[in-house]
Amino acid sequence: MEDINRKKFIQLCMYTSAGLFAGYFFGFSKNEVDVTNLSFENLEKFDWGYVIDTTRCIGCGACVRACKVENEVKDTYFRTWVERYEINGKEVVRVDSPNGALSSFSHDNFDSDIVKAFFVPKICNHCYNSACTQVCPVGASYHSPDKVVLIDKDHCVGCGYCVQACPYACRYIDHEVGTADKCTLCYHRIHQGLEPACVDACPREVRIFGKYVRFCMNADSEF
Amino acid sequence: MLLCWLRYGGEIMGPTSFLFPNEVHITWTVMIVLYPYITGMVAGAFIVSSFYHVFGMKQLKPIARFALVSSLAFLLFATVPLLNHLGKADRALNIILTPNFTSAMSGFGYIYMAYMVIVILEVWFSYRSDFIKKYHNAKGTVKFIYKILILWNDNDNDNTKKYDHKMIIFLGGLGIPVACVLHGYVGFLFGSIKANLWWSTPLMFIIFIFSAIVSGLAVLLWLYIFVHWLRKTKVNQESVDLMSKWLWGFMIIAVTLELMEILSISYERTEKWEILSKLIFGELRWSYLYLQIGLFSIGSFLILSLTSLFKMKTQYKNFLIWLSSGMLLLQVLLMRWNVVIGGQLVSKSLRGFTGYFPGLFEKEGILVGLIILIVPFILLRYFDKLFPFFDSQKISETK
Repeated sequence: MEDINRKKFIQLCMYTSAGLFAGYFFGFSKNEVDVTNLSFENLEKFDWGYVIDTTRCIGCGACVRACKVENEVKDTYFRTWVERYEINGKEVVRVDSPNGALSSFSHDNFDSDIVKAFFVPKICNHCYNSACTQVCPVGASYHSPDKVVLIDKDHCVGCGYCVQACPYACRYIDHEVGTADKCTLCYHRIHQGLEPACVDACPREVRIFGKYVRFCMNADSEF
Repeated sequence: MLLCWLRYGGEIMGPTSFLFPNEVHITWTVMIVLYPYITGMVAGAFIVSSFYHVFGMKQLKPIARFALVSSLAFLLFATVPLLNHLGKADRALNIILTPNFTSAMSGFGYIYMAYMVIVILEVWFSYRSDFIKKYHNAKGTVKFIYKILILWNDNDNDNTKKYDHKMIIFLGGLGIPVACVLHGYVGFLFGSIKANLWWSTPLMFIIFIFSAIVSGLAVLLWLYIFVHWLRKTKVNQESVDLMSKWLWGFMIIAVTLELMEILSISYERTEKWEILSKLIFGELRWSYLYLQIGLFSIGSFLILSLTSLFKMKTQYKNFLIWLSSGMLLLQVLLMRWNVVIGGQLVSKSLRGFTGYFPGLFEKEGILVGLIILIVPFILLRYFDKLFPFFDSQKISETK
């Protein structure tokens, strides 16, 4: 220790800092999971997070349009939609979602006495113990290893039991194809490292999508 | 008074009306109304036939075979509305090949097949002696058909008759719980959907079983009296009287159970009553309140009370029983409509209703529905030639 002079001490501190920084960076980047290359077993330990911050939504309907285009969702069916809530002074609530807010909202307000109004984007909740997968008689509705609720359209018989069982009306029978359909969280996109189309299209970052652990940290810091 | 209390007892919703965008479409159409209606008649008719075959109620002997064959005729068409409804009918067998046993619906194929086997075997054992007689009297191709039907075995003696009788009792006994499961399970399919407030009740499958017995008894009585009127033969009054009394009793139980369920929901005053009261007194006012409960339940109850409690001319009595049977058939059809369609009219947001009425010429429309409903009756007409229901000799003796 006696041999260490001021110059050597500063050198040692810089090397240590650089090492710690490199180590932290390396460690951090190791936690960044590349889902495109995950094995099936690792995918089972994996989970996605999706939060909707209703305080930021302006009801523009960009998410609905993006979903329609990305997933070729037919007219009058919706994988996602936006609802408008208006509450007047008598605490009467009016809710509307004209054509799922595909063309946003018009200004036909409930009345002039509105004390509170907000928009709520809706999407499949991808429930852990989902009623839709429970009731599917042929097992065509299922949970993917990374816990996204999906439909095997090559196996679905189109009975509509899942549509009845979903408490959020997120499913429908596509009458042109004859099978059930719903939000897939843009499964084809998220496994290429992209965000779902609705998240990507949102101009206000209302819809936040990510890997569950990291996402929770962000959510904690934000709210 | 009860209706007024039910109407004004519940809190009335605000002027809002909202549907989730996907709820504009009704998923289960008139085909799913017909499916429980037809299986109800299947189960009900089989139970009536078992009253004679298993429990030995001799008053029902003249109608027992007719009940059994009717059950078979309806059973053969029970899956037709389902197949017409499926978005991918070509994959229908997936239910049997890759069943997902967490789903109640996955049991359908197995229950249906088990019941079909029981009914076909019981019909075969019931008619084996008749087939053998016809085989001996027939010639050419018809003889060959009967040879196939008797499975190349024309043994018909006391021992074989005893064995046939034993098998009929066994199959009838086995068939009663399976018939209850077949139809109770349809009720369970609806009752177990907690996302639907109008359906979600553990009482649903019991209501379905009783309404099945009502529709089974009603269709048999209606056809029995109608066919005898058409053929200008005399009905077995003892059978008609007994069945009409049972019809009276079972319809009282079925309607009471249904009304008690609604009374219970209204008395609990939970949030679901807010929307269901609007459904009952608004959207389903005509089909449920005025027609199902008012005209066809109370009306047929009063008519059957008259025929069961008071003495009157047989001719008038039988007409009134025939009329009330027809009314109860419509009552059960409306009950299925109000359950299946009514439940889907309510938005899962609990803020509004959607509308539905089937088109005339649609794939799942009125015309196709009528054809599916009528074809089993036409089949029954031709079944009469293969499996004669009524012993005409005995009828002429009673003249």
